[in-house]
Amino acid sequence: MLPRQVAARRPILVAVLILMASIVVGVTVGPVGISVGDVAGTFLAHIPLLHFHTRTSALDQAIIWQLRMPRVVLAGLVGAMLASGGAAYQGVFRNPLADPYLLGVAAGAGLGATLVIVSGNDTSVILPAAAFAGAVLAVTMTYSVGAAGGRRTSGRSIVLAGVAVAALLTAFQTYLQQQHSQQIQQIYNWILGSLSVASWSDVTLILPYVVISAVVLLSHRRILDVFRVGEDEAGALGIHPERARLIIVAAATLGTAAAVSVSGLIGFVGIIVPHTVRLTTNASYRVVMPVSMIGGAAFLVLADLVARTVEAPAEVPIGVVTACIGAPFFLFVLVSRRAQQGVL
Amino acid sequence: MTPRAQIAGVPVVDRPVEDVPVLESDMRSRSAGDQPDPEAMVTFDRVSVRFGTTEALRGVTGAVRRGEWVGLIGANGAGKTTLLRALAQLERYQGLVRVDGQPVNALARRRRAQLMAYVPQAPELPADMTVIDYTLLGRTPHHGYFGLDTEEDRVHCGRLLEQLDLAAEAGRTLSTLSGGEVQRVVLARALAQDAPVLLLDEATSALDLGRRVDALEIVDHLRQERGLTVISALHDLTLAGQFVDRLMLMAEGGIVASGPPARVLREDTLSAYYGTPVRVVVTEDGDTVVVPRRTRLPHPGISTDEPEPTGGRR
Repeated sequence: MLPRQVAARRPILVAVLILMASIVVGVTVGPVGISVGDVAGTFLAHIPLLHFHTRTSALDQAIIWQLRMPRVVLAGLVGAMLASGGAAYQGVFRNPLADPYLLGVAAGAGLGATLVIVSGNDTSVILPAAAFAGAVLAVTMTYSVGAAGGRRTSGRSIVLAGVAVAALLTAFQTYLQQQHSQQIQQIYNWILGSLSVASWSDVTLILPYVVISAVVLLSHRRILDVFRVGEDEAGALGIHPERARLIIVAAATLGTAAAVSVSGLIGFVGIIVPHTVRLTTNASYRVVMPVSMIGGAAFLVLADLVARTVEAPAEVPIGVVTACIGAPFFLFVLVSRRAQQGVL
Repeated sequence: MTPRAQIAGVPVVDRPVEDVPVLESDMRSRSAGDQPDPEAMVTFDRVSVRFGTTEALRGVTGAVRRGEWVGLIGANGAGKTTLLRALAQLERYQGLVRVDGQPVNALARRRRAQLMAYVPQAPELPADMTVIDYTLLGRTPHHGYFGLDTEEDRVHCGRLLEQLDLAAEAGRTLSTLSGGEVQRVVLARALAQDAPVLLLDEATSALDLGRRVDALEIVDHLRQERGLTVISALHDLTLAGQFVDRLMLMAEGGIVASGPPARVLREDTLSAYYGTPVRVVVTEDGDTVVVPRRTRLPHPGISTDEPEPTGGRR
């Protein structure tokens, strides 16, 4: 009897349970003690048409619904985008070290954000837009240079173009930063990433991009499996590799750019989450894509929880937390899987 | 037996060796390239491929009949792989390729992949992909763009794996397979495409003798069972002679001889185009055996006529 082709249901179910648990913990834990019952009551009270009345105080309700919930939801969306964007880039460029910043998203967003900060404008409105625009422009530049010259382009030239574009934009960004030394702290804070000012408006701002990106990436999960045998063979199997690659990169870029525009440059999520999924479940994108998305959301919700509690009331940059938790955990998975299989 | 000096003197010509007959179907497609031959499954008409300034394929013309197995032979760099890749639409070419009467470059990619399955020389084998998942990739041309594998696909591929004696391996990852198993898995993926034309680039060279014969036997068996048309590049000339219906000998981007193995596998032709002397022996069973012969080039400073002086011990 044949083994189940790709048992996707169980890993997805496990990931959903982990995500739900991390959301509950993320909303419950904080400087003000709030019980799980209060959280549940507030949730139910916010479901329209249910007319549920909770005995939780208005202040606690506000803390839950106006402060913690948007932050948890935003962390989830950002984590989902970074992890699935990383998985998509790894698939399409067949490069295990690819992360969502590979084609210049981080450098472009960083330059956009720096420009706004040094210009002295009110950063709350323009900064996300500038970061988003910078990220999208950087990838557009990378892609148009890397894919130029020839109908059949390989992923490799695009990746190399990404390295060059990122270096160029980072050079501009560093120069600007040095010229405006009084704002270095602010720029640096943005680069390290933070969700401390998250609000529902941030969520609604990025939600459309997140939804489009997620839908496109999830619907390409089988195509990404075809990419695993290389662009040539994918072409012989009836896929248009250049076209499919462009669609996948565009979707991943849109999602990642939206994420970093509100969260800053949170590193590491896009590499460790998809690889952890690969090592613990199945390497097929039919599993890797959905589970990375859900797992990335859970991971960032928990990382943000650590970021805001470990030195409360001060906050640790979330990028530091993702690396500090993520790296040892990933190494543990790597070593234990290798010991189990005898190979990697 | 031909003396070596004489073989070395055979010039490499750019036209068919005269007394090797070009088959009728070749003649027809050559004289009327625009009229598809109803018997021909694959025809290629003046197909040229350039890599920069190098002309890798120089206006090659030929036809392969429905259900026929044609072997492409020739030295490294003769153009076998380029011709296969051009037929598979993986190289830009000039000229016309028809499959089942239809000009291939006008077809949608998915339709092409339903007509032709291509196995490259060194297929990409994702180490952590399972045998069944890899085989299922062959179903891609039968899906819509966003399509996923159906239960039918799974049953279909499961049956293929059984047929290729791989059912027990279905859940294993590709990195754990032996060379012979890999060969069969790659074939399974190509067959999962359900295409009437199979393009195989020499993939048996890494196999031991037994597995090499096995792989060709499987192809032959499936070809007869499914009525497949097979075009394959081959390096083992003796085996090529035993399996294929017809050989096309390629040199410098052209087809220099085409015909039944016994007519193409000739000492003078092979010696000239492979650049090394060979002997062709016909066994009592009627098999043509090609034996490469060592060229004993005299090394400067070493005379083979006189025994080398041994040390002073004796």
